[in-house]
Amino acid sequence: MSWILPPSASTFASDIDFLYYVILWITGIAFVIVEVGLVVFIVKYRARPGRKAEYIQGSTKAEVIWTAIPAVTVVVIGLMSGGVWNDVKGRNSVPAGAIPYGVHAQQFEWQISYRGPDGQLGTGDDFTVRNQLHIPVNQPVVMRLTAEDVIHSLFIPAFRVKQDAMPGMTINVWFEATRVGEFEIACAELCGIGHTTMGATVTVHTADDYQRWLADRAAAADR
Amino acid sequence: MATTALPLEKTTHATHEMSFVRKYIFSTDHKIIGIQFLLMSFVFLLFGGLMAMMMRWQLGFPDQPLPAGQLLPETMAPGGFLLPEFYNSLVTMHGTIMVFFAIMPLLVGVFGNFLIPLKIGAPDMAFPRLNMASFWIALTAGILIMAGFFVEGGAAGAGWTSYAPLSASPEWTGVVGGQQLWLVSLAVVGLASILGATNYITTVVNMRAPGMTWFRLPLSIWALFVTAILVLLAIPILSGAAIMLFFDQTIGTHFFDPTDGGQPLMWQHLFWYFGHPEVYILILPAMGFVSDIIANASRKPVFGYHSMVYALISIAFLGWIVWGHHMFMSGMNPTLGMAFMMSTMIIAVPSAIKVFNWMGTMWRGNIMFHVPMLHSVAFVSMFVIGGLSGVFMASPPVDIYFHDTYFIVAHLHYVLFGGSLFAIFGAVTFWYPKMFGKLMNPLLGKIHFWLTFVFYNLTFFPMHNLGVGGHMRRIYDPSQYEFLQPLAPLNTFITVSALLLFAAQIPFAVNFIMSWFNGEEAGENPWNDNGLEWIVPSPAPHGNFAELPIVYRGPYEFSSPLVEEDFLPQTRKLDSDTEPAAASAAE
Amino acid sequence: MRRFLVASSVFLFLGCGGGDGGSGGGGGAAAVDPLGNASITGAISFVGTAPANPTIDMADEPDCEAKFTGTPVDPIVTVSDGKLANVFIRVVGGLPGGPYPTPSEPARINQDGCLYSPRVLGAMVGQPIEITNSDPLLHNIKAMPTENRPFNISQPRAGMTTTRRFNTPEVVIPLECNVHGWMNAYVAVVDHPYFAVTGADGSFTIGGLPAGTYQVEAWHETLGTQSGEVTVEADGSATLDLTFGG
Repeated sequence: MSWILPPSASTFASDIDFLYYVILWITGIAFVIVEVGLVVFIVKYRARPGRKAEYIQGSTKAEVIWTAIPAVTVVVIGLMSGGVWNDVKGRNSVPAGAIPYGVHAQQFEWQISYRGPDGQLGTGDDFTVRNQLHIPVNQPVVMRLTAEDVIHSLFIPAFRVKQDAMPGMTINVWFEATRVGEFEIACAELCGIGHTTMGATVTVHTADDYQRWLADRAAAADR
Repeated sequence: MATTALPLEKTTHATHEMSFVRKYIFSTDHKIIGIQFLLMSFVFLLFGGLMAMMMRWQLGFPDQPLPAGQLLPETMAPGGFLLPEFYNSLVTMHGTIMVFFAIMPLLVGVFGNFLIPLKIGAPDMAFPRLNMASFWIALTAGILIMAGFFVEGGAAGAGWTSYAPLSASPEWTGVVGGQQLWLVSLAVVGLASILGATNYITTVVNMRAPGMTWFRLPLSIWALFVTAILVLLAIPILSGAAIMLFFDQTIGTHFFDPTDGGQPLMWQHLFWYFGHPEVYILILPAMGFVSDIIANASRKPVFGYHSMVYALISIAFLGWIVWGHHMFMSGMNPTLGMAFMMSTMIIAVPSAIKVFNWMGTMWRGNIMFHVPMLHSVAFVSMFVIGGLSGVFMASPPVDIYFHDTYFIVAHLHYVLFGGSLFAIFGAVTFWYPKMFGKLMNPLLGKIHFWLTFVFYNLTFFPMHNLGVGGHMRRIYDPSQYEFLQPLAPLNTFITVSALLLFAAQIPFAVNFIMSWFNGEEAGENPWNDNGLEWIVPSPAPHGNFAELPIVYRGPYEFSSPLVEEDFLPQTRKLDSDTEPAAASAAE
Repeated sequence: MRRFLVASSVFLFLGCGGGDGGSGGGGGAAAVDPLGNASITGAISFVGTAPANPTIDMADEPDCEAKFTGTPVDPIVTVSDGKLANVFIRVVGGLPGGPYPTPSEPARINQDGCLYSPRVLGAMVGQPIEITNSDPLLHNIKAMPTENRPFNISQPRAGMTTTRRFNTPEVVIPLECNVHGWMNAYVAVVDHPYFAVTGADGSFTIGGLPAGTYQVEAWHETLGTQSGEVTVEADGSATLDLTFGG
């Protein structure tokens, strides 16, 4: 029953997680103030014989205080969020030199395409693998996310990546993995009968292993 | 329109005898119509709850057949095991039925109808026959939507949000007629809502008794009035979008189909432009009832009445400019994300103001914990949780992780169930004597409250943790994902709690039915409240007031220094009061 | 209000399912009372180099991959010893008029090893088609006919069976599984029992015919169609061989 986010493995995950914990603390404090306040009032002001309630209409000072403090708090959270949002999803957020991959979502598979030896995505030597994304570690990558039929959503929890795949659009999703290993991909938008089975895997390789894997797969695709 | 100057003897239905059918079935009396909405909504609440139980069974015990599942046809649950397409239909229909056929009619159809004329001093609504039509149209829509389960391909299965292109073609879901019936039903129930809203607005503007100025209206009426304006403006957008999607499904248009120049994103904009005001429609009346009940129970005026009114209006106004927060991940321009983030952050403020004002009302009060008050305090404490969880999603980077996870499911249930439904239980208990002339049994009421409160929290609070773990929503089989497997015991725990929560509603149903026949007789004013409804007999008679009520003060004069008793009804004339101007109701 | 009730009843009936796509009984062509005793036999050949069939990446489905020795391959063009399998042959002309009785024995198709088998199935109009899942995982069956009612249903567990019928002749109705995008099958629906599907040896027999001259068409999913004509004597047998080219 944890409020701790699962371990992450991408560069911007720590920024997102930090925001989460800031909000968790702030909302946690507000939660305690209100709930404890309610309990105190329930006990202290319960009806007892001989008591009377105080005829109070309100307090302008109180209204100002409890308008201003929440307002300032949410504006601060908003400004902090804006910076991170711009870095992750902004128009110019994709780092130069990010390796491109094609991710085509369809009912109910992910078709991942890799640029072939010519180094260009979208040419004849590209090859496609079902449900497996292989990327090198410590290297920005960008998914050119498309959808064949209905809306799907590329969700990689460990990287704090999520982006809806929209039929008729190509959307850039960039990230940079910080650890070698295997991580899960899920579809996070109801897409039909098989929505539950649209799992896939991201395998993060060392730079050398990645080159080896690429060469193997490109050769296999040639057959 | 000289409505209040009209002597009450001239209203036509105050004097003649009517047949049973005209009196109780095709009635134009706002109170009967309110009760009709109440009975209809409880039936749909039951249907919606049963659907949730089936979904929870699949998530908690996927390897066990559903109890009595063999009763379901092979197209839904062969051998008692839910098919994924049936699970998707349950997800869709649970949401749709709870929103449009349970919570909305309970808040707006029941209490809008029942309370508005009584609490403003009017004999009935401005348009009684339109009011009657509104109920029967809503019931027709309810039948249409349930019909989806009986047609080939089953009931709608694209979520209550019905995103295109999934919802636009049977090719993607396997659902044909069910998806179309869903759209037709929503357009029809939308019409019922629009007729109702027209009635409420006209009645509140035109038919207040002399002395019932705007700032002497109870907050329940303010909330219903503001909600009615939201309904009038928001529902037509859904109707228009539904018609466009219906055309895409049936006559070959491509509004939402990108292969022919359409835009799936447009459905989301249209739906959420309606959808966000809709969720405020689903909470504002509840806030109004809770204000009335907390003041009554605390024997104190509402703290900051004017602020409360302005907060209601601000929430309603700001609710129009936040819709994009449902679409942060949709692929819309990220700059829009920033804009919607700011407006969403700001809308937290008027809700916070209301929470503090409710607490301020209890502060230094002399609080009676009758059953309506128990539910109202639960409302405040649960709504706060729902509101605070919203702050996480309002931040678009954090929403990257939480969008379409159980964190959102937790949030929406905290505001809609923890919030609205508790308020509804409280309001039903509070106004039951005025509806039926009997009091609901308080012991059964307390048992129902505590069981519901405990199992409700055990069901929905852990969903926050599921979301933190990354658990997606609308997922038939989470075991497909290794990262979700450790969360399976939590899913089972939630399912068991949910089943117990469902069972905990039995005392309420028993109480509701039994009290109708055997309940303690209620006097005129069993809660010692100040509103106009408490000066007429229980149950309130046809035509409401024997003579035109005159209003001398606001509705929250509890523990007033002017009198001995700890309440002072709006219509009681003190020596220090002056008569209001006869034309004051026309302002 | 009355008008609303009528209008909503109209919508109700619009949405109500018809009887199409239902279930049924019936057997293969041979179970029907024959009109005669003549038969057409033959073999379908393939000339040239058969195109290589694509391999299937079943890395994500170990339960299916385990059913194969070696790398799973999508058997689009199956040629052995110059003979072509999975060709659907039917009589297209020369038959005495129907209607022909609907068989009660079902035509069967299996989802096994994440492939449909048979890949090509012939059935009569109204004949029940039984689709079984033999894999311990979710498959869906999406049928996209143009003359019949489409459907899209799932079978999440091994052993589950669904029965459907097609009531209008259609050659051919593709079946897909969308969870496994390579899974394809083809159901040919004909209004008479004079059809067959070739096996690995490319041979076929269509029996129970009266004497006469018949036009015959063979269909393959990627290689197109080939036609021929053959005459049979009463109680006799005639041979028709057709060839698809590379």
